[in-house]
Amino acid sequence: MTDAIIDIDRVTKRYGSHTVLQDLCFSVRPGEKLALIGPSGSGKTTILRTLMTLETIEGGTIRIDGESLFQMERNGRQVPADEAHLHRMRTKIGMVFQLFNLFPHKCVLDNVTLAPMLTKGVRKADAERRAMELLDLVGLADKARAMPAQLSGGQKQRVAIARALALQPRIMLFDEVTSALDPELVEEVLNVMRMLGSTTDMTMLLVTHEMSFAHDFADRVLFFDRGRIVEEGPPEILFTNPTHERTQAFLKKIIAAGQRI
Amino acid sequence: MEWDWEFVREIMPMLLDGLRITLLATLLGSILAGAAGLGFALLRRSKSRPVARITGFVVEFIRGTPLLVQLYFLFYVLPELGLLLSPLTAGVVGLGLHYATYASEVFRAGIDNTPRGQWEAAKACNLTPYQTWRHIILPQAIPPMIPALANYFVAMFKETPLLSAITVIELMSEARGVANSNYRYLEPMTMVGVLFLCISLIAVPALHLLERRFRPTR
Repeated sequence: MTDAIIDIDRVTKRYGSHTVLQDLCFSVRPGEKLALIGPSGSGKTTILRTLMTLETIEGGTIRIDGESLFQMERNGRQVPADEAHLHRMRTKIGMVFQLFNLFPHKCVLDNVTLAPMLTKGVRKADAERRAMELLDLVGLADKARAMPAQLSGGQKQRVAIARALALQPRIMLFDEVTSALDPELVEEVLNVMRMLGSTTDMTMLLVTHEMSFAHDFADRVLFFDRGRIVEEGPPEILFTNPTHERTQAFLKKIIAAGQRI
Repeated sequence: MEWDWEFVREIMPMLLDGLRITLLATLLGSILAGAAGLGFALLRRSKSRPVARITGFVVEFIRGTPLLVQLYFLFYVLPELGLLLSPLTAGVVGLGLHYATYASEVFRAGIDNTPRGQWEAAKACNLTPYQTWRHIILPQAIPPMIPALANYFVAMFKETPLLSAITVIELMSEARGVANSNYRYLEPMTMVGVLFLCISLIAVPALHLLERRFRPTR
């Protein structure tokens, strides 16, 4: 697939002797909303972390916009990417973390303006105006001067989303963004993501245990187990009529745990 | 032996001169210790193994040898190798480097305490390593360590009499000078103690204030 925005080609990732991803292949179209589901330890989060360059890979190639993430060309040869190449590649990608990872020493507004000012040289006034728009979008304009410690988990996560959006990435990675939240706060974060999904053409990859959200939100669902894609397809098929027994077992377990799909 | 207030009045200006040098040496020593301590801590985390190991060795070496020996080395041995330092410069460098090795342990602990998620968020925000240190890691790591650092600086203050061994005319050597020339030790030495105590007594509540101000919020 040449028009893919993300192309993962035979990627292998190991931690010591433990193989997390094994010859993984898949690609993502621009604007596609992709949900990655599967049991814990199946490698879903590792894929997002690798795309954000928080992890390296032992084998294979990841291409973003047709350009290799961890390799670059020098004098006609492919060599390991240097910091400048990684820096340029990261401008296309934003990430929201399970534990928010807001900067606790900076107020909400500064959390959102910091990266555009430092990495893109945006002037303070412009960065703040844009940040206020984004905070308004996630429903937190009135918290601009609050410190992260004063916010609820759901509010923190919405700030984290605004912070990632401030860099205008083409690809957004959501890593179990509601897993650390109290149940009553999950919905406010999902609402923001729904709104982003329907109003932007960003490519979005989410790792989630919220099956009904994945069902409604995603164009395509990948089911992972032990570092491989076991089954993939549109949500209406994968969730209601999975063909692989491991997918069936996983979904059965999820439903038994009380989740609606 | 009777306490002679007149004698105290007479020697006070000289003692205060000495105190000025003591405080100056402590201040400059603290600044050097803070800066070099941070430098040691960062170099020890260097990705280059040789740099990290050599720094580790230097830090252990400085910490494992007496300050007095280091002062002698700086002031009496270095000139033979062609590097002549003034007494105060040698004293400040000696104090600063010695306490930098302790400060570097404080910095190291503070930096290690910064959650991994902060590094990752900085990377996801595409900050450069320098920007990450400058805007994310150090502003979080340093405030909680300020009380521990200040403790070392008070300890350093009380070690400044060692500088008299390399002819720095600080409080202690001023006092010894007037004592020797007047054959009276009671008033000069008592006043040295009183002056050190006064400064320390001011420092203790200041330290408590710092501890309250920078108590970790997380």
